[in-house]
Amino acid sequence: MTEPTRVRGRAWFGALTGKTSPMPGDPNSVLTADAQLGDEIARFLCVIPDPHARFPCARDGQVGLEEAYTLAARVREFVDYCQSSIKRPIVAIVDVKSQAYGRREETAAIFLAAAAAADAYGSARMAGHPVISLVVGHALSGGFLTHGYQANRILAFDDDGVMIHAMHKEAAARITRRSVESLEQLGKTIAPLSYDIRDFAKLGLLHKLLHVDSPDDPLQEEIQKVRDELIAAIADARNSPTDLSNRLQSKEARETRKASIRTREMLEAQWIEKRPLSG
Amino acid sequence: MNIDFIHRESFIELDGRERAHSLLDAGTARELLGPFDRVESPWLLMQGVTPQADDGCVVMKGKIAGQAAVVIALEGAFQGGSMGEVSGAKLTAALDLACLDCEKGIPTSAVMLLETGGVRLQEANLGLAAIAEIMASILALRKYAPVISVTAGTVGCFGGMSLAAGLSSYILLTREARLGLNGPEVIEQESGVDEFDSSDRALIWAIHGGEQRYATGLADALVEDDSQQVAEAVRQFVLRGVPLVQRSSQVSLYRERIAALDTSRQWDPMELRATWGKSGDEKEKQ
Repeated sequence: MTEPTRVRGRAWFGALTGKTSPMPGDPNSVLTADAQLGDEIARFLCVIPDPHARFPCARDGQVGLEEAYTLAARVREFVDYCQSSIKRPIVAIVDVKSQAYGRREETAAIFLAAAAAADAYGSARMAGHPVISLVVGHALSGGFLTHGYQANRILAFDDDGVMIHAMHKEAAARITRRSVESLEQLGKTIAPLSYDIRDFAKLGLLHKLLHVDSPDDPLQEEIQKVRDELIAAIADARNSPTDLSNRLQSKEARETRKASIRTREMLEAQWIEKRPLSG
Repeated sequence: MNIDFIHRESFIELDGRERAHSLLDAGTARELLGPFDRVESPWLLMQGVTPQADDGCVVMKGKIAGQAAVVIALEGAFQGGSMGEVSGAKLTAALDLACLDCEKGIPTSAVMLLETGGVRLQEANLGLAAIAEIMASILALRKYAPVISVTAGTVGCFGGMSLAAGLSSYILLTREARLGLNGPEVIEQESGVDEFDSSDRALIWAIHGGEQRYATGLADALVEDDSQQVAEAVRQFVLRGVPLVQRSSQVSLYRERIAALDTSRQWDPMELRATWGKSGDEKEKQ
């Protein structure tokens, strides 16, 4: 299966930080930089394909062992650095096709590597760092769980090249024994199945959809617009709880995730045992 | 440990509800949102799939070793234990309520019985979203009380839910358990049969099997398929409390281990036992 090389991550990382090389000692597949964002310094992280990666799976942009542990280390380093100061923002720029599908990765426990990255992002969020996910391209499956899904706020481009999904189309069709066409058709009526980012927005998990005219090749005025949106999302995150409760509170979530909300309410009502009065 | 095979009661043969019940102190188990509450998936029927009245997730509150605990069991027999909107919300809510109790001064442990292939594809994006929220809730609770993952078999723990296991304070496996991010079929499909031959049973168990995970320090206990042994191991973890270092926070250790691997070839899983054996794990040094 051929698909376009993922170029947006590097393009937007470069546009927002002015840098395009990894930090010393890091694999070429993980870009980390500290850059000005409004009145403060923020840490930006991005996973990109590295055609010369040590691990074959990482060569086309799958998120593997080195990527996950590098993300974890760079996020933790930043949290340690900010320990006695203001909790600075962390921005995950997301364009990842998937987690790494390899035997080496399974043998060396990629489940733990991915958990370690999610741990770092989630712990940063709970420590009070605004963690913002900027989805500029694909955010698929375990790749997104590793890099981006623990954010306080998720922003995504309103663009056909953007896709947030549990599994890529071909595999999902095969496993559910449907054709790709019938899967696409189902997505039109069943929002959680859709591969369209505008349908994903209906689930209420996104903070905002951002329109950009040139997502592959960032334009100066659009870079500033995206920066302003990041700053607004950071301010919003700072004024809210550090958990993910906002994902159930949006107008869209109250409609589409009704079952989640009802389940939580009912479980809470039963949590404390109500003993019947004895006669 | 001597095992009396005649009196042994298999844990694997129990369904999710019986498993949850077997871990709680006698007379303390109380199921929450049971089948009679009929909280079902709203997405399955419209796709011609019959929903189940507990959505394949059993939540049971009670005590373990005399302390408050909640057990959440995923039912591997329903849709492969996959996470849908409702089963995911049950698991997240149970963890969050345990966390609230901890904050109120009632230490409440959580035990997750993970027999699951990960996201339920009929609920795709809501399943993945639920897993992200489960992970966030594990991170919040494990600061106060242990979150214990148990995978006994036969489904195993795969997909996004393997990250939930990875975030747990303690992982308990049997020899019949498998734990990994991508199952063999998925790897063969995505990367070819040369990468992973999913018909090679020996290879699968050598990589994902409970014995291998335990021998490489990736699990905290390996127990026989025996209800009493599983319950006793869970009790010990509840009594041990929050570990000084969580496995998923040991980034430097694992980063160095990955850096030391020769990536030009596939590895014999036995090699990894020699270098990753239990001694290096910080949790063992307490």
